[in-house]
This record gives sequence, structure tokens and C-alpha cells, in this order.
Amino acid sequence: MKMSRWALVTVALGATVGLTACGSGFSSGAKQDDSKALTVLIGSSGDAETKAVKDAVATWSKDSGIKATVKAASDLKQELAQGFSSGKPADVFYLSTDALAGYASNGSLLAYGDDLKNKDDFYPVLQKSFTYDGKFYCAPKDFSTLQLIVNTDLWSQAGLTDADIPTTWDQLDAVAQKLTTGDRKGLVMSGEYARVGAFMAEAGGNLVNDENTEATADSEANLQALQYVQKNLQAGDFAFAKDVGAGWGGEAFGKQLGAMTIEGNWITGAMQNDFPDVKYKVVPLPEGPKGKGTLQFANCWGIAADSGNTKGAQSLVEALTAKDQQLAFSKAFGVMPSIQSAAEEWKSQNAPLVPFIEAADYAKTPPTVKGGADVVTDFNSQLASLKTGDPKTLLTSTQKNLEALFK
Amino acid sequence: MANARTRLRRGEGLAGWLFTAPVIVILGLFLLVPVLMAAWVSLSDWTGRGSPFAAGVNFIGVDNYREILGGGGLAERDFGISLKNNFWYVILVVPLQTIVALGLALLVNKRVLRGRGFFRTAFYFPSVTSSVAITVLWLFLFSGSGAVNAVLSWVGINGPDWFNDPAGIFHFGATSGPSALTSGTVLGVSWWDWLGGPSVAMTAFVILAVFTTGGTFMLLFLAALQNLSGEVQEAAEMDGANAAQRFFRVTLPQLRPTLFTVITLGLIGCWQVFDQIYTGTQGQPGKTTLTPAYLSYTSAFDSNEWGRGAAIAFILFAIIIVFTLVQRWVLAERKVSRRRMRWIEDARDASARIGGTR
Repeated sequence: MKMSRWALVTVALGATVGLTACGSGFSSGAKQDDSKALTVLIGSSGDAETKAVKDAVATWSKDSGIKATVKAASDLKQELAQGFSSGKPADVFYLSTDALAGYASNGSLLAYGDDLKNKDDFYPVLQKSFTYDGKFYCAPKDFSTLQLIVNTDLWSQAGLTDADIPTTWDQLDAVAQKLTTGDRKGLVMSGEYARVGAFMAEAGGNLVNDENTEATADSEANLQALQYVQKNLQAGDFAFAKDVGAGWGGEAFGKQLGAMTIEGNWITGAMQNDFPDVKYKVVPLPEGPKGKGTLQFANCWGIAADSGNTKGAQSLVEALTAKDQQLAFSKAFGVMPSIQSAAEEWKSQNAPLVPFIEAADYAKTPPTVKGGADVVTDFNSQLASLKTGDPKTLLTSTQKNLEALFK
Repeated sequence: MANARTRLRRGEGLAGWLFTAPVIVILGLFLLVPVLMAAWVSLSDWTGRGSPFAAGVNFIGVDNYREILGGGGLAERDFGISLKNNFWYVILVVPLQTIVALGLALLVNKRVLRGRGFFRTAFYFPSVTSSVAITVLWLFLFSGSGAVNAVLSWVGINGPDWFNDPAGIFHFGATSGPSALTSGTVLGVSWWDWLGGPSVAMTAFVILAVFTTGGTFMLLFLAALQNLSGEVQEAAEMDGANAAQRFFRVTLPQLRPTLFTVITLGLIGCWQVFDQIYTGTQGQPGKTTLTPAYLSYTSAFDSNEWGRGAAIAFILFAIIIVFTLVQRWVLAERKVSRRRMRWIEDARDASARIGGTR
């Protein structure tokens, strides 16, 4: 009896302490102050990116008179989550498509996309990626797409010319076979949805429909795509990076374990730093049964609903997504601008990378539904053994997992 | 007189509370309160925004637990996979590290060994090194073209690409099992997968755990060994017990309390394995290094399923308690049963008789 009373007291005490300790500053809709200092949390790819963002924010600070500090997170997702749960999140931050739904659904994010002056300048596919529940949440920061990267030296060594650049799946088969010699594979890519998914898009499929409202994993198109990749894996002219002892497609390509790979525009940085001697060029992925297809990946500038200065935050984001600023970012760390008005200038500055930006017109988006990232992780874990596995079972189980999310 | 004593007692009581207060406050604030908060989160639909005690957060009963233990979806399967991985990890690491630790302790306890201090330090060294550093070292050693595979190639073994190989070691290369094993599932994971053992990648982590914790527990065994009285050993020697008998019948039973400590600490540590996974593989390849502790973290921080993350943590807590209780029961000192006692007495009488007639 005595024991249980003690337990009760302890629980009550614990609960009160918990409430008082964490109960401060949670009133929804923080008090607004247009001159309040801002914090910007970014998941940086390296010093170049951090410096570029810091410089851009400092310029804005000088013009607007609002103080702002940039912090490069070592683990962005974790630091974001901690901020939201403590009620004191960063005001402006990087947000990926797969994290949008989770934070939008619990009200952590400010839906400011529709208020942006240059809203219609953003690529439609990017606007769609950052739309949740009919609201355009945040301004796309930049984006990347996948294309085919070809090792030009190995290409000519195999007796191939520019006329042989594959435009269909059958032609891709043929050149991959020709480029496969000894230990070197024709095409090496990372064995994950974020690469193999390009084939699904070319076959007219994807894990979800274009509106991200329905699971379409077990479609005939997806099956056709996986069977095509499986056939080539078994024939030995395609391989997954892990199976040739490389961490990702770019590493396999740089080490010349494969003569072609499928990667995004970030590969240019890796090639420059790690494999400066390998000559390559970027060509559009071959068309599948349903024409062109690829995937796009993007981040946006999220603004916290609990920010004390949402007006200032929006003004900062507008400055960061302006044309000249995006082109400056592009020069500093190789990203593609998210607005259409910057495309022509970007193309003239980055002629060899034009196929990447042109894909904005037809690229598809990975699942953005809440929990979608977990399903993709599960899909990837099964995809690794595609060579010996059954594509149909794989797609059926993924379909089941995705359907559960749309209920 | 009596009054004075009560007053004194009261003073003592107050002083007692005063002295323990800092610890009670610190433990309460940093241990009890967070645990209670987590318990509440595991029963709520908190989404990770603001306080879990705010107005909009609802009590949803055991829904989070039900989803993990019988939801039939990805959450259940992920939990099943993580449990399977961690189960094999525990089954292999705990006995191995205990045996290795005891073996090392016996070695460095020998009085004839030269440079005992050096060996003690060397064996203990992995334990004091940061687990992140050791994990990174492991990633290099066990990479496809790493040192381990180079050594294996000397004896003609073509080593696997350790941290990229999701194959279960007890599947022996088979990629699909008999339908009797693949049709039935527990927690969304087929019997075939449950029985497949740890993946090659997880095996590398098993070796890592034995390598790092062997030294820690060696120290515990060493301390216990040095407390044993030499007289008992000598008495056993005089009675004609050989080395093996002396170890199994005399030394080991005396080490029982230490053995209990080592196995308990080992069980708890193994079920909570996190940092190696976080820095090393993040659950890859093929989710075969996913563990409940890591899954709890990703569910909460990456997937915003805070209730699910907390629920996994509490299930893990229950598992550890159960394992510890079972282990306590197995290692408990029991009275020798009457039948066995009679057998021992008979044997003693018989030997006395033989001795007498000789």
C-alpha cells in the first residue's frame, strides 16, 4: 500500500516537472516581430556550399537590416526534429521532398508558397513536389535529375561513335554489351529506387502516380522496367555498384569498373575532385517503351510555423531563390536553379550538362507521402538482390506498403 | 529522554534526505522524468511538434504497440527484422565475449606470464577507444579489398564483401528456402529468414563487439580471480583434481557472481547496440543490420512516428528484463537435490570403503 502511494506521488511529480520543464513557449503561432533575428539551418554538401549560403544570407542581412545566422547541420533531420519538438525551430531550413508531408501534417511548416511573387516561375514538377493537401508549402531551392553518363575514352576504344548514343532500351543493351570487357561492366549504377526508378519512368510507371495520391507500384510498366534491368544484370552487362565493390555509381564510373552510369548532376563535383583524369559526357537516358523518363530530386526552403519573424523569413527566401542568387549558387556548388527564367543562362554556362536541366519537363517525383521514405528504403533493400529475386513479388509487397500510407 | 531520541532521529532523517537530495533530483530529472515522458509518448499520437503534454495530443491506448506487434504492415515487418538481427547478435556475442574475456583474464592472471602489465593494457585498449573510431576502422578492415580479406586470401579463401553482403550465414548461399519455412511468418518475417542467422555484415559487427568488450569484461574477471584464495586451489590440488577439474569444479563456481554481472551487462549492451549501426551501416545491407534501438531512432527522428519509436524502446526494455530474469534463474545457486546428494554420499562411502580395504 505504502509502495503504491509512493509510486503515485512519483508519477505525479514526474508529470508536473515534465510539464513545467517543457511547457514554455509552445503557444501556437509565435508572436511576430518583423525585426527579430533569423536562424538558417542547412544540410551542407561541403565548405563551398556553406560559404555560398553564408555570403548570400549576409548580403540579405545588410540590405534588410535583419540579423541572420547560418548553421550547417551535421545531421539535418535530427536537428530539425529537435527544433520542432522544443518549440524553438530554426526559422529557415533545407527540407527534402520526403520530409515535407511529415512536417506539413503536424503543422510545423508555414505554407507560404502561394504567396510568393515569382510562384509561377518555379518548374511545375517542383511546385507539385512541395504541395501537400492542396497547399504549395515552400519555395524549391534547386533540383537534380538523372541522366546517362558515358566514359568517352572507353566509348571510342570499343569502336563506338556519337551516332551510337543509345536512344532506346535495345540500343542501350547493345552498347552495354560492347562496352563490357573482362571485369568492366557496360553500365554500373547504384542498386536503389533513386536510380533504377528512371527505367520505371521510361516504361511509363513509377511507385506512385504523378499527383502522389495513389500507389502504382505493381503496374505492368514497373514490372517491365525491372525485368529489363534484371535481364541485363543476369547477362552481365549491367551491374549494381555494390556488386563490383564500389560505394555508388559515381565511384564505379570513376574507377572505370563500368563504362556508363546513371547519376545526377552532382557527379560533376565528384569526378572533378576524385577522378579528374576520366573523360566523360552526359547524354539523355534512352527512351523506354513510353518515351523519355527520369526522376528528379529537390529541396526547398522550409519556414517554421513557430518562427517569430515569418515576414522576414519569406523575404530572405525570396532573395535566396532570385535568379542571380540561384545562378551564383550554381557556380559555387553545381546545383540547378529551380526557376525557369534562369534556365537559358544556366544552359549557356553549363553546356555539357544541358540534358540534366531539360529533364525538368518530363521528370517524375519519388513518393512524397508521409512514410514514403520508409517504403522506398524497404524497396531498396529488396532491389539489391534483383538479379536473383522475383520482380513481381518485390513490386507487390511495395504496393501493399504504399497502399497502407494512402489510407 | 525518549523525546530527545525522536528529535535526534528526525534530525538524522532530514540530514539523510538532504544528503541524497542531489542524486534524487538529478536522477529524477534526467532519468525518471524522461522515461515517464517517453512512456506517455508511446501511448499518444504526438507528432513531434511542441510539448507532448500540449492540448492537441491525444491518448490512443496501445495503438502504437499494436501496429508494431501485429499491424501486418511495414512497421511490424521492420520491427520483426530488427528483432531477428539483434537476436542473433545477442546469441553470438554474449557467450563469445564472456568466453573470450574469461580466457584472457586467466591468461593475464598467470604468475608465470612475462609482461603481464603490457598484455593487460593491450587487451583493455579496444574498450577505451571510441566506438565510432573502432567502427570506422572496422569498415576499412572488412571492406571488399580490405586487410581481413587479404589475410583470408593467403589461405585460399575468397572473402565476402563483408559490409555489403546481406546473406544470412546459416543459409549457406541458398537464396530461397523450402515452402514449409517461407510460408509461415512471425512479426512479418518468414521462418526461413529467422533461421538464416545474422547476415555476413552483422557477423562483422559480432566480431567487433567481441573485440571491444572482451577487454572490459576481462578486467571484471581478473578482479574476481585475484580475490580467490589460493588455499582452495591448493586444497583441490592436494585432493588430486587435475587442471580441468580445478577450473570447472573450483574456480568457475566461485566466479558465479562475476559471471552473472558480465552476462547481464553483455545482454543489456547487446540488445541496445546503436552507435556501430548509426556510424557504420545505417541498417544496410538489405536491412540486415537494423536493430530495435536504431529503428526506434529512425522511426522517431526520420519518419516522425514518435509514438512508434517510444513503443519500440519500451518493448526493447521488456525484452532485456525478460532475458535478464531468465539468465538470473539459470545461474541461480540451487540446493543440491536429495537424489543427487544421496548419489554423492554413496560415491563417497564407496571410495572410503575401497580406500579402507586397500
